[in-house]
Amino acid sequence: MDEDAIVVDGLKKSYGAVQALCGVSFSARTGTVLGLLGPNGAGKTTAVRILSTLLQPDGGTARVVGLDVVKQAPALRAKIGLAGQYAAVDENLTGFENLEMVGRLYHLSKGEAKERANELLVRFDLVDAAKRPAKTYSGGMRRRLDLAAALVFRPPVLYLDEPTTGLDPVSRLSMWETIEARTAAGTTVLLTTQYLDEADRLADRIVVIDHGNVIAEGTSDELKDQVGGERLDVRLEDEADRERAISALAEIADGRPTAEGDIVHAPIRRRSGVIAQAVRRLDDAGVGIDDIVIRRPTLDDVFIALTGHAAEEEAAAETPEEVRA
Amino acid sequence: MSALALSFSDTMVLAKRNLARIPRQPDLLIAYTIQPVMFVLLFVYVFGGAIQTPGFDYVDFLMPGIIVQSLAFGGFVTALGLAEDVKKGLIDRFRSLPMSRGAVLAGRTLSDIALNCVSLVVLFAVGFLAGFNFIDSTVFEIVAGLVLCLFLGYAFSWIFALIGLFSSSPETANAIGFTAIFPLTFASSIFVPVESMPDGLRQFAEANPFTTIADAVRSLWLGTPAHSDVWMAFVWCTVLTLVFAPLAIKRYRTVAAK
Repeated sequence: MDEDAIVVDGLKKSYGAVQALCGVSFSARTGTVLGLLGPNGAGKTTAVRILSTLLQPDGGTARVVGLDVVKQAPALRAKIGLAGQYAAVDENLTGFENLEMVGRLYHLSKGEAKERANELLVRFDLVDAAKRPAKTYSGGMRRRLDLAAALVFRPPVLYLDEPTTGLDPVSRLSMWETIEARTAAGTTVLLTTQYLDEADRLADRIVVIDHGNVIAEGTSDELKDQVGGERLDVRLEDEADRERAISALAEIADGRPTAEGDIVHAPIRRRSGVIAQAVRRLDDAGVGIDDIVIRRPTLDDVFIALTGHAAEEEAAAETPEEVRA
Repeated sequence: MSALALSFSDTMVLAKRNLARIPRQPDLLIAYTIQPVMFVLLFVYVFGGAIQTPGFDYVDFLMPGIIVQSLAFGGFVTALGLAEDVKKGLIDRFRSLPMSRGAVLAGRTLSDIALNCVSLVVLFAVGFLAGFNFIDSTVFEIVAGLVLCLFLGYAFSWIFALIGLFSSSPETANAIGFTAIFPLTFASSIFVPVESMPDGLRQFAEANPFTTIADAVRSLWLGTPAHSDVWMAFVWCTVLTLVFAPLAIKRYRTVAAK
């Protein structure tokens, strides 16, 4: 039995002059969630299209559950489920009819297809809407139906291509819960996303890609470690106190504190007691504190550190993950 | 099940899907019923008096032509439907399933035949009301004419399938269909005898397969001299199908969501 359900080696694909993938390699262990993280146009969707047999690579190989995505494409199609940003459901069919149709196309018998459709409608909380055409569904309901369709045949490998892009925050959260709870244990999931918090929450391992290249790989924590550990941010009442604040914090800091405007950043090792100590020392030095927080690096920081640009335009507006004092 | 049986089952599942949407999209139903009726009424009562068809009432001359035109355009729902399926990502889903590669298109063209049968019923109903009659036709000839019309519709379904798969949206598919194919039906013997056309256009119309097919149906239903029209008409339909079906299936295999 193969340890890795997905093995991608040196995958290349270009569209005319545009190189979408320039030799991408990564692998996903059986039963884990691999997050493919990158901005729009990074090559995520191209990778998923190749892995789901929709597109042929120009170079490199990819094997999914031991099957070559080009040479053994027909056999592979019975092993994969695809749900994506398009929410590919037939709007004129009801939720039930959509799932039944997909079941029939997986060559389930009529009875099995009906039974499976009903089962999935229950699991994805769509029973009340089962007899309504999908065009009457909300965005979140369509995504749930799309995901249910991808799971009709209980595929060992599931591709989720930007499953929450375009959803409002509430639907997004509920989609996350659905993905966490409804993708059966043992299913290998390849999740592409441009949302750092999504990869952070759902993925066991993350592969960061940008301009068709893998630029980092690891668990969320490993990636965050690459840009350093936790940091104490102190906002001063008076910017003129900067130097005094830096020397007061130097002893408890793990490295020399830096200042930026009226904020002093101090890298720290341990969180326990650090804020109390810092407050005491700053008070002793007569430095007035406006605000003090411990900040953990976010994947935003990782992304900016790795690529020099933000992963998503909205990233700048998002509040950093903070531990308020 | 054998591969062939599975392909057939996939095709039927998808044909059923296409037909299920018809009653849910009333605008499509209108296109299928009211539009041909409007055409018949328009040509018989508005233009008919001004068009000379020696030896025939205009309604008798017109009905075979208008049936040929309506059934050729029956495949239009396939162009619209496929363009929409591509845009919405449904084609991606189908292509990622372990199903037959030709089933999506075969299902489309098959359900078009069913829709065209509905069209035929409506067209004949309004045609008879407007005074159309078969002239000197045997039952065999009448049926052969119907088969020819449905075959033409089937061939055009593949042409429309190709158009749908090349269009970035249903609107584009609509525009291509109407600018490329609609005028062709007018530059033929569908609505008027080609003898009335000026030089140049007349030669074009005589070579137009729509003329061949409309004249073939007239010879079957009105007893006009057939010449080589009938078998040429079947040859045309066969050639169109054999050329466009593989092209459409080839395109389907590589088409990408926009």
